[in-house]
Amino acid sequence: MSDNQLRAVEGTIHFDGPMATKGFRFNKMCYSFNSEDNRQAFRDDPEAYMERFGISDEQRQAVRDQDIIRMLELGGSIYYMAKFAIIFGWNMQIIGGMQTGRTTEEFKAYLESQGRGKHHG
Amino acid sequence: MAKLIGGITTSHIPAIGVAMDKHLEDTPYYRDLFAIYPPIREWLQQEKPDIAVLFYNDHGLEMFLDKKPTFAIGCAPEYHNADEGWGINPIPPVTGETELSWHIVNHLIDNDFDPTVCQDIKVDHGATVPLTLLWPNFTYQGIKVIPVSINCERHPMPKPSRSYAFGQAIGDAIRSWDSDQKVVVLGTGGLSHQLDGQRAGILNGDFDNDCMDKLVNDPEALCQYSNADLIEKGGAQMVELAMWMAMRGTMTGEVKEVLRSYVSPISNTGVGVQLLVNT
Repeated sequence: MSDNQLRAVEGTIHFDGPMATKGFRFNKMCYSFNSEDNRQAFRDDPEAYMERFGISDEQRQAVRDQDIIRMLELGGSIYYMAKFAIIFGWNMQIIGGMQTGRTTEEFKAYLESQGRGKHHG
Repeated sequence: MAKLIGGITTSHIPAIGVAMDKHLEDTPYYRDLFAIYPPIREWLQQEKPDIAVLFYNDHGLEMFLDKKPTFAIGCAPEYHNADEGWGINPIPPVTGETELSWHIVNHLIDNDFDPTVCQDIKVDHGATVPLTLLWPNFTYQGIKVIPVSINCERHPMPKPSRSYAFGQAIGDAIRSWDSDQKVVVLGTGGLSHQLDGQRAGILNGDFDNDCMDKLVNDPEALCQYSNADLIEKGGAQMVELAMWMAMRGTMTGEVKEVLRSYVSPISNTGVGVQLLVNT
C-alpha cells in the first residue's frame, strides 16, 4: 500500500497536503507566535491580528471559541497551534482535555492509566 | 577512518526542557525519567565522542510549511536555538562540524539521497532537549553536533524503511570519513503519543517496547510498517520513530543493547531510551 494513502484512524485528522493547503494562512499566523512581540500584538488585538494574516471567518471563530478540534478540521497543524500555549496559558494536558471532553485532571488520569515504569509519581 | 561508537535513542519532549529549566528533576513526577540518564552520561564520558550526529524533527522553529524539507542536514559551524513559543528557555549555541557535514552530503547525493543542505538553521527542542539531557549544564558545548532533520509533521513523510536506508547511507559516510574522530548517533523523539484530535492521549507501552526490541535485533521488521500503521498503533506522533530508524540504520553488524528504559507518561508521551553499541 502506498504510504501516502493514509487510511482513516478514528479521532485523528491527518495533516496532509489538502489540509496544509486549507490551513496555510492560519498556520502561518500561529508560526508567527515564535516571537514575543507577535504574541503581544495578538493579545492586544486578536481580531486585527487575524485580519492581518487573512485567515478565514471559520478559522477566526474557532480561535475566538478556543475550539481546537475545529482548528484542526480547518487545516490547523498541532505543531503551530501549540504556540497558542503561552498566549492562552495552555499546556499539552489542557489541550488534550479540551479535545477529548475531559477536564485537565481527567486527561492526566487517562494518560497515567496507560502508564508504566513510574515508581514515584 | 572515523569510528561510529554507538547509538542512543531518547525522547525530546518540550516539557522535559521546561522541567530542566525549573530544576524539577528530583520531583516525584520526573524522578524516574531523570534517573535514566546518569549511566548514559557516564558512558559518554568514558567513550568521549568528538561528534554527535543528531536526528530530530523540527516542530516549527526553523521549518515552516512554506519550505519544508523531507530530509535536511546542517552544514553550519554553529547552530542557534530560539524562542519557539512553547515556553522553553533557549540554550546557548551548539558547535557544528562542517567537514563531516559536507562529507555526508557528498556521500548521500552520490548514493541517491538528496537532502536539503542547510548552512544556517536554528535548531528546536527536538535537538536541544536531547543535548541538554545527555550533556547537562551546557557541557554539550564540548562536542560538535550535526543536526539531521526528518519531516514528521506534514504528510507525506518518509516511510520508516526510507528513514532506515537514509541512516544506512549516513553510517557509511561516517565510516568512510578520513579522520580519527569518534562519532555517536542520536535518534530522538517518540515513542507513542498523540497530541491532536479526539484520540489525543493514547499511549501504547506494549508497542513501544516491541519497537525497542526490534530496533536492537530486527530493524528490518520495523521497515515493514507504514506511517499509517504507526499512527494506528502508537498515535499520530509515533511517526517520530523515523529518527530511531535513521539512527539504527547507521549501525552495522551485531548490535548490543547496553541499556533500555521506558517511563510513561511524561507529558503526553511514552519515553523510551536505549543505548546501543556494536558487539
